[in-house]
Amino acid sequence: MAEKQKKRLMQGNEACVEGALYAGCKFYAGYPITPSTEIAEGMSVRLPKIGGKFIQMEDEIGGIAAAIGGSLAGLKSLTATSGPGFSLKQECLGYACLAEIPLVIVNVMRGGPSTGYPTGPSQADIMQAKWGTHGDHPAIAVTPAYVQEILTETVRAFNLAEKYRTPVIVLYDEIVGHMREPITIPAPGELAVVDREKVTCKPDEYFPYDERFEIPPLAPFGTGYRFHVTGLNHKKDGFPTNDSKQIGEGNMRIMRKIDNHLDEIWKNEEIGLEDAEIAVVAIGSTARSARYAVNEARSMGIKAGLLRPLTLWPFPDKAVTELSKRVKAIIVPEMNLGQMVLEVQRCSKKAEVLGVHRVDGEPINPGQIIEAIKSFK
Amino acid sequence: MSVPAEKKEKISVPFDYNKYLRPGKLPHIWCPGCGHGIVLKAMLRAIDKLGIDKDNVCVVSGIGCSSRTPGYVDFNTLHTLHGRALSFATGIKLARPDMKVIVVTGDGDALAIGGNHFIHTCRRNIDITALVFTNAIYGMTGGQYSPTTPLESIATTSRYGNIEPPFDTCEMAKAAGATFVARGTAYHTLELEKTIYEALMHKGTSVVDIIDACPTYFGRMNKYKSATHMMEAMEKDGTVSVKQVDKLPPEKVAGKMLRGVLHKIDRPEYCEQYALLVQEKAQAKSK
Repeated sequence: MAEKQKKRLMQGNEACVEGALYAGCKFYAGYPITPSTEIAEGMSVRLPKIGGKFIQMEDEIGGIAAAIGGSLAGLKSLTATSGPGFSLKQECLGYACLAEIPLVIVNVMRGGPSTGYPTGPSQADIMQAKWGTHGDHPAIAVTPAYVQEILTETVRAFNLAEKYRTPVIVLYDEIVGHMREPITIPAPGELAVVDREKVTCKPDEYFPYDERFEIPPLAPFGTGYRFHVTGLNHKKDGFPTNDSKQIGEGNMRIMRKIDNHLDEIWKNEEIGLEDAEIAVVAIGSTARSARYAVNEARSMGIKAGLLRPLTLWPFPDKAVTELSKRVKAIIVPEMNLGQMVLEVQRCSKKAEVLGVHRVDGEPINPGQIIEAIKSFK
Repeated sequence: MSVPAEKKEKISVPFDYNKYLRPGKLPHIWCPGCGHGIVLKAMLRAIDKLGIDKDNVCVVSGIGCSSRTPGYVDFNTLHTLHGRALSFATGIKLARPDMKVIVVTGDGDALAIGGNHFIHTCRRNIDITALVFTNAIYGMTGGQYSPTTPLESIATTSRYGNIEPPFDTCEMAKAAGATFVARGTAYHTLELEKTIYEALMHKGTSVVDIIDACPTYFGRMNKYKSATHMMEAMEKDGTVSVKQVDKLPPEKVAGKMLRGVLHKIDRPEYCEQYALLVQEKAQAKSK
């Protein structure tokens, strides 16, 4: 048995770097922005040592565009940003969705709108992570709440990106990103690492968007498979089409490849939900306050529980719907003016839904959540 | 006098373009009289001279008429977003420095929406060849003025004449740090082929500004009688070779754009510098 690994004190953004490298990331392109810059700094030190590629681009758009290029050339690619940078990356995010390019985008959420509060936390990009780029498109976003979890969820994000051939967003708030906690770097092999499916057919039989596959394998550029990639709606060979049947089928397939695997993509943590009468649904640092609040409520004799989605998109409809049938009320604390609460309301069948919101750059504290819980007692 | 059919074909088609064109992807979308097809031919002939495997060539474009080029050619091809071609290309080149990366872009794509990527690509001196098809108009959207539209010219968004001075693409590329800067035209086809070949052979960022008239929009709005008239006026008479400029009287040079290789220097190339950094510093430090 391998020797137990030592704990290391690490910042959330540093853990993201460790997670990316663990997952086999070999390409980073980005632009400095608070509060995500430590990810770029970390990658700039680490990647050259392992033969990977790091480049600081001229802007946020160039950062994600170069990362898409790196991925097309066969390297697992990462870009990281915050708030205004995430807005700028939306155009390329849509490109990666339609062209089906695996990619991980980290958004360390800060206060907004606009330049907002760069060093303050926020969870106001929840809807942007799903709807920020124009057009209907698949979205996967993972939401770690602990430094250790930033590492493991970054690995999961790469796995999902490579498996489903789509961009995946790692979405966490500034508090988790800048928090320092002791973590363990998993040993090689301890966490599953998914690599891109290899293309084995002959080049003249290869179609990058072959509809016979649910997720057609992507051949890296420069490996003998000369094909075309475009951000226009395209046919199976990657060339643009104006045919409504092909446009419709292509648009549906990129949604279906996610929708058909929700049970694999969804991931939730449940605390005390077995007998709960009042549930809290929360992510990120707010879920840490919620965990404390739920425990406090329990000590007061209130049967409270926590549902913490680690996959925020696709939204855990099933878990929330089931929960809503069992509890009297669902409280949704979030550092925004009401985003995730809309999804919870959509999924809730019976329970009353109450949002707890805050946009002053301060975290939602356990006291606020306890007050909300008590209001249903 | 009749020429045997076989011989005639040999004379008129001395180059097998089909070797590089994707079957079934023509006809192209370009209008009658557009020079983009001529530029495409020059590009393919220049690539052929390099003698490299098609698998190792990557052609990247943005959005616009010229940016449809990659679809027609049998390489690794990437049609990206408006203005972003050079950034996508930078990612590919850095990930795969052994590949020949060529960016095909228009003047609006490269210099307006993609202006920031353009200057920083030049500054980095990454080994990418950018072919800027300059028709001084946004053709795909129907004829709006671009960053290279001459003063007073008419466009659908400058009905009373353009009041914005145009960029000189070559001066900008040079100032930003590109190590090979040239200008060609669709009219001077053989010279263009040679210029593109030189650009492709150069190690570092190479920019070729290719004057390539748009008769459909720029031509009609600015009262050019025909595509050929426009080509002669803008490309033949509107430019002067850098080799002849010193021999000509000032009045024959005034107001004309210089053609040929305008700037060529040696400066460390980005991917080579990155490789050195990895070898000498990063990996040594980790020992």
